[in-house]
Amino acid sequence: MAEHRRSPDESTQQPAGERGLLGRRRVLGYVLAAPTLAVGVSWIAGSADPRPADAAVPSLPQPEEIFDLGDLQNLAAAPTSGLISVELKTDGTAYFAVPRAEVGQGMTTAIAMIVAEELDLPMDMVTIGLADARPELLMNQLTGGSNSMRSMYLPVRTAAAITRQRLVDTAAAHWGVSAGKLTTRGGVVSGPSGRTATYGSLTRAAASSRTIKVSAELKPQSEFRVLGRPHNRVDAHDIVTGRKQFGMDMEVPNAKPTMVARPPTINGTVKSVNNLAAIRAMPGITDVVPITHGVAIRGETFGQCIDAIQMVEATWGPGTVDGESDATVLAKLRAAQLPMAVPPLLSNTIDAEFVFAFASNSPLEPDCAIADVTPDRAEIWASLKVPIVAQEDIAKQLGLPIDAVKVHVIQGGGSFGRHLFHDVAAEAAEISQKMGKPVKLSWSRTDNFRQGRVHPMCTSRVRVNYLAGNVLSYEQRHTSVETDFGHGLGEMITAFAADLPVGGNLSFAETIFALSQSSPYNFGVTTQLLNEVPLKFNTGSMRNIYSPNVVCAEELVVDRLAAKFGQDPMRFRRNFLKDKRLLAVLNKAAEVGRWGKAMPKGTAQGVAVHAEYRGAVATLVEIDCRPETVNRPIRDGVSGPRVTKAVIVVDPGFCINPRGLEAQMIGGLQDAIALALTSSLHIKNGMPLEGSWDDYFYTRQWNTPQDVQVVIMPNTSDSPSGAGELAVAPAFAAVACAYARATGTMPTYFPINHGTLGFEPLPLEPSTPQSPTDGLDHTF
Amino acid sequence: MATHTFTLNGKQISVEAEGNVRLLWVLRDLLGVTGPKYGCALEVCRSCTSHINGKAFNPCSVQVKDIEPDDEITTIEGLPATVGKDLHPMQQAWLDNDVSQCGYCQPGQIMAAVAKVKQAHAEGHEITDADLDELRNICRCGTYSRIREAIKAGAQDM
Ligand code: FES
Ligand code: FES
Repeated sequence: MAEHRRSPDESTQQPAGERGLLGRRRVLGYVLAAPTLAVGVSWIAGSADPRPADAAVPSLPQPEEIFDLGDLQNLAAAPTSGLISVELKTDGTAYFAVPRAEVGQGMTTAIAMIVAEELDLPMDMVTIGLADARPELLMNQLTGGSNSMRSMYLPVRTAAAITRQRLVDTAAAHWGVSAGKLTTRGGVVSGPSGRTATYGSLTRAAASSRTIKVSAELKPQSEFRVLGRPHNRVDAHDIVTGRKQFGMDMEVPNAKPTMVARPPTINGTVKSVNNLAAIRAMPGITDVVPITHGVAIRGETFGQCIDAIQMVEATWGPGTVDGESDATVLAKLRAAQLPMAVPPLLSNTIDAEFVFAFASNSPLEPDCAIADVTPDRAEIWASLKVPIVAQEDIAKQLGLPIDAVKVHVIQGGGSFGRHLFHDVAAEAAEISQKMGKPVKLSWSRTDNFRQGRVHPMCTSRVRVNYLAGNVLSYEQRHTSVETDFGHGLGEMITAFAADLPVGGNLSFAETIFALSQSSPYNFGVTTQLLNEVPLKFNTGSMRNIYSPNVVCAEELVVDRLAAKFGQDPMRFRRNFLKDKRLLAVLNKAAEVGRWGKAMPKGTAQGVAVHAEYRGAVATLVEIDCRPETVNRPIRDGVSGPRVTKAVIVVDPGFCINPRGLEAQMIGGLQDAIALALTSSLHIKNGMPLEGSWDDYFYTRQWNTPQDVQVVIMPNTSDSPSGAGELAVAPAFAAVACAYARATGTMPTYFPINHGTLGFEPLPLEPSTPQSPTDGLDHTF
Repeated sequence: MATHTFTLNGKQISVEAEGNVRLLWVLRDLLGVTGPKYGCALEVCRSCTSHINGKAFNPCSVQVKDIEPDDEITTIEGLPATVGKDLHPMQQAWLDNDVSQCGYCQPGQIMAAVAKVKQAHAEGHEITDADLDELRNICRCGTYSRIREAIKAGAQDM
């Protein structure tokens, strides 16, 4: 069964009855009633994931192996996917409004490639927009769980194929020849004796005055000209010229810069503001109003809002976790750890506990939103991955009917889980309502770290029993501060609870844990369980949710086991991996990364594997932990061990865009290096100490490997796996394993530099520090 | 409020603003020049990096009153014109290497890269890995590897 999960195509390469005589797959859709050609598609139930489970395997499969998080999302998306449509304009371009968020993952580029492929249209004639909140799409409008490509690949292909077919049929009827004699290329239909017609010239005739059901054949993979070839980002030119518009770059009339002075504890409130009049009188300031979690200030420039924040004198009410610090949270986690089921085998047992500090999922773009609320309607602009939940909640908050709230999804400067929630959009709405004016709200950098969502602190305990060269049991008890899934995934789980293979009365979090975690090794009786501690931190999913921590703990223990067995880590993994695709990527990584080569003392290689989202990855890194490297001088930054080389081998199932896939692997690697070595939040008295990027040590150039290679395996499937998060867990684990081998000590607290505070914390009040003025002294 | 005059992307401009307002907000909020991004306003993230008289600086940390009338400010929008082309070689290298992910950091990355390469060339050497390690610009999407490749490629054509 594990093999089925990780080699998805073995069960779907020949879907019964869905291929025509030429081996092409026939799909169904609708030509929609419209003046020009518009095609909507219906999801063909069961034609993609999820696949049924069948044959027996040596150990009982864990839920994630037969049905994972993406399957849940596909299941939820199925009934409504039919509403997505491709439109063909009279200028010959195709338009597709994708019901997803683009936050840097390259999704719009991949979708454009899919449309271009099936429609035989040049890439520059495909326009991809982001759909506004569409309540009728229900949960098909959630960007997360690395699910976008998995759920949209087939529907988008289908819509494009039908569009093409319809254009061909129209031209054939017009010319009085059979459709089989026509070909398409580059947005032009060609027929016998050199006749041609552009798509644009055919779109009106191809349109229908009523919605009709039609079918078409998908292009076989062997004829692909676009998919599977490297393609650069469609928005790259706009980005490098500074033209790409992010939230704060948008001009909405009278939506003036707005920021919030905040209390010194997480989710603190405002009791009173003692100098409202004085703040209102400051230069450039137009409005000041107390709101739930601070004092909102609107002005001509953000700089003047920051000036005003410095002056706020307020009495703050308590926050939600005021008494908590790293140590108190850790004590609560340890008290909540679920017991192991299997008793230790004395000398043949490994018991280990790993602690992972709080981490921030903040992107580089500070959270921001524009809101224009009037007594009878509201309009919101924000980067939102679940816009329909935002729309619902904001309508409720404002006391407006849902259809009086318009929510526009705009391009986001990164997400990493942050934009699953609409905190900043809701706050912008609150402020606009209270001020009675449009606002352009930006959280400050410090707000983002201190009040924004975090990946919760957690522990992972592992017990392994082994005997005579076999592993008898593998138990992992993951204990975490509660992760908030109240952004739609929760609703999805409630709605589809009966269809999930996890049963029982699991919480949302336990369900997601069960659907995303499984051990790739033949370790006998295997259980991985989650328990949560309900603390009111602002938490949320961070890229790859539980996996980076769970996999890091497991792979460190695997290296320990290998040592006990007297086997090299590579050989041990080869012996115990139960999955062919993982074995293949592992072997490739060993070859490309030259596993086992001679390395100087204080440096080492580390390797780790991970399968999720129906993809498989092996990562091999080299780390340098020699004192001269660890202590290299860096101003206002941390140095520490340096990962000097990384080889990432990925089996993505079907690779849509190698260039984009490689980018996601590289990005995941940098996240992993940060999580393993340098970046964390230190909680003290209900507040993170980190307030800027020189405190929260995300990977910087001086910590990035100078040698990074990504190897993409030949396709093992005809459908893509999820790629956006796939690289984080195995890279994190590989760095941890390399560190353990280089130093001879197994790290148990992550990131490894968490114990030393490498910066002077910014004051808690004012909540946003004043900007420096000496920038001209640092030019280069 | 005072009038501040300087050259912005090749054009002499005047703008009314309180003298202490940091140049980043004058550019973004008052002049509508949005290429330089706000990432911290603490001279840390470098996403606002632009040039003053050809050198990299962070306008989030300079008061507008400290800009002199003969100062030339160049933002990403004005970078191509400094070489009289539609795209600066560094921008082209960014395209060729498909560096960008979300893109938020990239205007600042490119402006910092151009200055770093010029600095190396002025010191009489090609850009080195040690030079690249000195770049402080954050890329939260983790595009660092491609940034390094792009800078080395772009430097060839500068
Ligand atoms: S915004 Fe200027 S350095 Fe961060
Ligand atoms: S590309 Fe997103 S922050 Fe650099």
